[in-house]
Amino acid sequence: MTARPRIAVHKFSSCDGCQLAFLNAGEDLLTLDRLVDMVHFAEAGPVDEAAQVDIAFVEGSISTQADAERIRRVRERSGFLVTLGACATAGGLQALRNLADGAGWLAGVYAQPEYIDSLATATPIREHVRVDFELWGCPVNARQVLATVRALLFGVRPVADHQKVCMECKRRQAVCVLVTGRRPCLGPVTSSGCGALCPRFGRDCYGCFGPSESPNTDALGRRFEGLGLTPESIARRFLFINSHAEAFAEAGHKWMGKHDEKA
Amino acid sequence: MFLARTHLGELLSALRDRGYRLIGPRERDGAIVYDELSGAGDLPRGLRQSCGAGEVRLERTGSPRCFAWANGPQALKPLLFQPAEPLWQATCDDSGRLRFEAVEPRVTPTAVLGVRACDLAALALLDRHFLDGAVRDPHYAARRAALLLIAVNCTHPAATCFCAATGDGPEARQGFDLRLDELDDGYLVASGSAAGEAILADLPLEAATDARRQNAREAVAAAAAQQTRTIPPGDLYDALSRQRRHPRWEAVAERCLACGNCTQVCPTCFCSREQEQPALDGSTSQHLREWDSCFSEGHSYIHGLVIRQSVAHRYRQWLTHKLGGWHRQYGRSGCVGCGRCIAWCPVGIDLTEEVHAVLGDAPDA
Repeated sequence: MTARPRIAVHKFSSCDGCQLAFLNAGEDLLTLDRLVDMVHFAEAGPVDEAAQVDIAFVEGSISTQADAERIRRVRERSGFLVTLGACATAGGLQALRNLADGAGWLAGVYAQPEYIDSLATATPIREHVRVDFELWGCPVNARQVLATVRALLFGVRPVADHQKVCMECKRRQAVCVLVTGRRPCLGPVTSSGCGALCPRFGRDCYGCFGPSESPNTDALGRRFEGLGLTPESIARRFLFINSHAEAFAEAGHKWMGKHDEKA
Repeated sequence: MFLARTHLGELLSALRDRGYRLIGPRERDGAIVYDELSGAGDLPRGLRQSCGAGEVRLERTGSPRCFAWANGPQALKPLLFQPAEPLWQATCDDSGRLRFEAVEPRVTPTAVLGVRACDLAALALLDRHFLDGAVRDPHYAARRAALLLIAVNCTHPAATCFCAATGDGPEARQGFDLRLDELDDGYLVASGSAAGEAILADLPLEAATDARRQNAREAVAAAAAQQTRTIPPGDLYDALSRQRRHPRWEAVAERCLACGNCTQVCPTCFCSREQEQPALDGSTSQHLREWDSCFSEGHSYIHGLVIRQSVAHRYRQWLTHKLGGWHRQYGRSGCVGCGRCIAWCPVGIDLTEEVHAVLGDAPDA
């Protein structure tokens, strides 16, 4: 890497929220500015999409033909390519399209669907180009992106931590919402990283940091069934923010299959 | 001696006047948790707790009692062995030289009200691990030295409790500074240390009547008699090791989420992991220790290899270590019968059921 590494933040199909992790970094944003050259980051100001960079952060999934071509150019011009959040890493919310009849929806919604340039699927960056490191989360937070930058500046591989939300939840002394409130919490199969944000506010985790290590989705799905959820609502727990992530996709389809059997 | 219920606040004031931060049970988020108390009004008066495998419910009763429940998700462990804390810090000076400094723990004298017999048994085990080993843990030691413990004998065990079977409760027999027996109209109070004795001198106590003493004795005996779960006594290392290929391990793994909740709520589980947290400019780095679990992949990771790949192996390791390995390391079982791992398991796995099944001595088999 060069003495003052060059960084780009690219946006694909996404809500722009993950890029805010940089802008919300507070004082660290000033430190970051001393350490690197931010050469392309449209949301913050600098625009030079074609710049050759040491690290490219990529937000968003690939949902148009133009995006599919652009990500290849980004890959060619970047030393390390790091995905930024659920859309880039696992397709994101818009990957729900992959479960539906996209063309049918287009025809139903738009008077002249031929003007809409859209692929039939929204897919993660990994399905298009080689990815060096993936950051999960909807959205990612400043701690994740800055730790990644720091590790790459040190010349070491960033630490991927896929322990379960439950571990973070207990370390923060939050009370289990599944045990006390019978809420269908995805914490036991979801990666930590959020600081157990939802359970700490009495809400059940909805899996926005993607599948954890050894996710026993079968056992958790059966537990949800015991809580009174229908197979369809169990499927929808898994098929949400990270519906295209393998472990959640598999679980979701399995419960959707049980729903279809009953229907 | 007897402290009338109306004077309970004076016990709390006496502790605060001596400079203690006051920790005790209070209701939060559908559970009874140990947290800072501002006064006796924060105590879970009239609350009952019903626990089943994977289920915890609070119920309100008209009772004036504040300790008519068994235990919450945590008690003493997080106060001593903190869930996450920096151990040391490295600083890089302008010439690139590294300097290492210990991070001294910040310690406040802390009084804990409402400690159970199971918690005291667990504390004795944690002491053995953190204080009596080859290397004394300075963070634990500093906090432990600043701890004052007010036990309350347990009169309302949960359905998940089995301290009578492990021999650790429901009566608090040692390791406390003060001990209370809760009655409808107040508390029998006994001291267990010089510090406790000194506090007693500040309280408006009356002589305990025989009737109250008998009432308290009977309540504790009833609390023992009420418990239905059991665990086989003694060192189970050999017995469980002989069952290493028992199909039950695979069966439990089908249900087990490997979420680590059982180990996190266990008052004796002490595993941790350590990681670096470098500042963005790279000039300093904090070395952080945080709670880990033998159900995590990283726990058995050694040089590129996760030794216990399957959840069946992790569950087997946990149970065999808890009920067997601890005897060899610490002279007794690692289980104190608090039942937290049963109540707080999201899928309700019951270690008493599992161990009986593996050993083939299920009470109703």
